[in-house]
Amino acid sequence: MTQFFAMGGYAVYVWPAYAVFFIVLAWDWFAPALRRRRLTRQLRGRIARERTRSARAARAEVTT
Amino acid sequence: MLRNGQAGVVGERAWKWGRVPEHPGFRNMSRSYVPHFIHWLGSPPNFYRFAGNVRPWLMAAALVCAVIGLYGGLVLAPPDYQQGDAYRIIFIHVPSAWMSLFIYAAMAIAGLVALVWRVKLAEVIAMECAPIGAAFTLITLLTGSLWGKPMWGTWWTWGARLTSELVLFFLYLGVIGLYNAFEDRRRGARAASLLALVGIVNLPIVHYSVVWWNTLHQGSTVNLFGHSSIAPSMLWPLLVMALATHLYFFASILGRARTGLLSLESGKQWVRQLVTDTSR
Amino acid sequence: MNPVRKRRLIVTLLILGAVAIATGLSVFALQRNMTYLYSPTEVDAGKAPNGHPFRLGGIVKEGSVHRVPGTLTTDFVITDRFQNIPVTYTGILPDLFRVGQSTITTGTMQNGTFVATKVLAKHDATYMPPQVAQAIAKAKEEHKTGDGGRVAGAQK
Repeated sequence: MTQFFAMGGYAVYVWPAYAVFFIVLAWDWFAPALRRRRLTRQLRGRIARERTRSARAARAEVTT
Repeated sequence: MLRNGQAGVVGERAWKWGRVPEHPGFRNMSRSYVPHFIHWLGSPPNFYRFAGNVRPWLMAAALVCAVIGLYGGLVLAPPDYQQGDAYRIIFIHVPSAWMSLFIYAAMAIAGLVALVWRVKLAEVIAMECAPIGAAFTLITLLTGSLWGKPMWGTWWTWGARLTSELVLFFLYLGVIGLYNAFEDRRRGARAASLLALVGIVNLPIVHYSVVWWNTLHQGSTVNLFGHSSIAPSMLWPLLVMALATHLYFFASILGRARTGLLSLESGKQWVRQLVTDTSR
Repeated sequence: MNPVRKRRLIVTLLILGAVAIATGLSVFALQRNMTYLYSPTEVDAGKAPNGHPFRLGGIVKEGSVHRVPGTLTTDFVITDRFQNIPVTYTGILPDLFRVGQSTITTGTMQNGTFVATKVLAKHDATYMPPQVAQAIAKAKEEHKTGDGGRVAGAQK
């Protein structure tokens, strides 16, 4: 087992290389989700604002 | 997957399959599924749904391949006669390098479609390829450095292979930067696509750098046609990892393209419906 | 294809073609500046730059490696099988540095000796287990006088 982790003495190069691989790809996999969540939040907000605006306009028409 | 007689959603490229458009060549076209499928896929809501269904399977397959490939490479494969266990970086470095080139080609092709045919989906795909390609290029450069230091004796050298791969990284960053510099996303995508296309001259330079010039980086080990100078026990994990990275790329691009489409089509009815009706 | 798209396609391809030609010409013109290394033959012919450092590439000649006792200095000879250049280097050599191995050294020529500031080992694109390498070496020994043909059991 220790032999496996030692990688013939090159552990200090091999394992960081594998770490780079996984960390960079993990960033690529998870980062878009944040962007998407922000986007859906913005869109929902915009739609909600449009609804209140049109509801307000409809009410204004009725009272005048 | 084909809907007959189903009206498409209101949008730029609605396909009303009930009515066959009166196109002179259309009647002569053989009724094969593939062109129909591609046209169907070109409509954003269809792509969105298709991509959402396929993506988890692709990622699962990628993970399975990665586990098999890494086990084969780290545990099963013997040490190299020359490089000892340090060579095991090959199982992530080489597939990542292959992906850095493949993704660039995909980006350039999608960019060409975006430039010439102005297809929205092509714009989205081209632009979303860039960060994934940049990620793989970065992995290639960093793992290459970590491999070079113990074997060659240096973290970096300005030889043809390393320099052209670094140029590739900057091209990816350039595409991302140029795209984000525009207010109008569609114009930005076209400008960035032109940059991507122009940079395609770098691809043969990267690939043939070890043939055309004297460099520190050695020549090709794996050849598509002909003899590969690597033992079978080392070759198969390498190829499995290559498959894993390809599957990962497709899973990633589908996810990113979905978000890109939501953004681009944000005013459309299908997006509004999606965003309010479901909690996803 | 409609004329608008055809025009876009042609313009795009023209730009692409222009860039490809420009790149090709630049690379071709800069060959001398882009030279990564010089072989012993080229250095001997005077092609290497005078005065400032350059890279010398070749193979470490058999029997030429001498470590100066008490210091970190190593003397060896770089050869391309036509010309030899003596090299002296003070410092730790990379793991893969050995006789018969391709090497790239950076430094300057001083009085006929290449004084190296950096020594890098090059390795080939072959990967195989030690047992296979030993078998090939043994087979080569046995075939030394013979045809030097393909070794049985060579990999894929």
